[in-house]
Amino acid sequence: MQIVAEGLACVRGGREVFRNLHFAVDRGEMLAITGPNGAGKSSLLRVVAGLVRPSEGRLILHGGDAELSIGEQAHYVGHQDAFKPSLTVQENLVFWSDFLGGGEVATSLACVGLYALAHLPARYLSAGQRRRLSLARLLAVERPLWLLDEPGSALDAAGQGLLADIMVAHVGKGGIILAAVHGPLPQAARELKLAGAGALAGDGRGAPEKARL
Amino acid sequence: MSPLSALLLRDLRLAVRLGGGALIGVLFFLIVVTLVPFAVGPDLALLTRIGPAMLWLGALLASLLGLDRLLASDHEDGSLDLLLTGRMPLELALAVKAFAHWLTTGVPLVLAAPVLGVLLNLDPSSTAAVAITLLVGTPALTFIGLIGAALTVALRRGGLLLAVLILPLNIPVLIFGVAASSAATAGTVPFRGPLLILCALSLMSLVLGPVAAAITLRQGLD
Repeated sequence: MQIVAEGLACVRGGREVFRNLHFAVDRGEMLAITGPNGAGKSSLLRVVAGLVRPSEGRLILHGGDAELSIGEQAHYVGHQDAFKPSLTVQENLVFWSDFLGGGEVATSLACVGLYALAHLPARYLSAGQRRRLSLARLLAVERPLWLLDEPGSALDAAGQGLLADIMVAHVGKGGIILAAVHGPLPQAARELKLAGAGALAGDGRGAPEKARL
Repeated sequence: MSPLSALLLRDLRLAVRLGGGALIGVLFFLIVVTLVPFAVGPDLALLTRIGPAMLWLGALLASLLGLDRLLASDHEDGSLDLLLTGRMPLELALAVKAFAHWLTTGVPLVLAAPVLGVLLNLDPSSTAAVAITLLVGTPALTFIGLIGAALTVALRRGGLLLAVLILPLNIPVLIFGVAASSAATAGTVPFRGPLLILCALSLMSLVLGPVAAAITLRQGLD
């Protein structure tokens, strides 16, 4: 499985967020998307997930399931975690697991350290715990591509460690991760720098497209 | 559990949990219809004549109440992003959401109508006629409302705009709902004709509603 972006551009709210973006990610690779606030990290992830239409360029999927779009083969973890406050932790996770294609819920809850809170309504979870619940969704449902928007935010040190472990395990199994990150890069990740207003794009493997406004 | 039954079960659960608002519509229906006899006075013949229309108006307005949250709550917490990236066709997912909404808001209206018929001096046969027309007509209100919910999904206070957008589209449903109910009381036209048109309107909206709402949501991607 390989995802290739060719000349991707994105306009949101009339403002060009990035343009002429080229990159390619192969199976077993992790691409860390970095850049200042407003550089278009989240927008890029939403474009790849199919939640925002690119204004130019295209995304090509080699391999993978040709019947499904890229978004349908991806886990998208955005700033909003899609958990309902009035449902319990377990009900929330069981629903997404069933809706997205089924998997083991109890073990993934245990893995992120929320097993003891399974019957607590999600409204009482802290920000970090909600983030852990999002990670449990990644584990409960098998998807080859993970699109993570600042996955480490609100996580404590142990949570950061857990996140790094499951990301490494995922790419180890041949998965692909695109993650918008601030701060230190996850280990073994290639970096895709977005440079705010206009675009400076490199795929980290030579021949970076440079185009400044 | 299959994806669609999981979605149905979740929406039913959410509706009956704290803040779900399943009973708001039926309580509003109750209070609106209760006010009618106070407003028009104790003229029993008049109440009988306008009773079906009042029940239908009450149900129409009550059905608007929960619609603004039908998709907006999923939009706000990011669930809609996951519904869009799910492998279920969006049309089916939206149809299931609207069906769950109808079960928790439309069905209570149908069940409450016979009780309220007493307040409006309706005889058992016309009460039954109103209940039957509401049973076949309220799905149309919900599924047409789904389009409005999709159009106003990103607006913070979309409820009023939604009502203004949707009420004109509901006029045919109202006309034939009331026509069928009155036919059972007055007996000038047969009950069957308007009822069948009402059924047709419902069936049409069952198909058009989810398709139009899905197109709207995809167009509005941002």
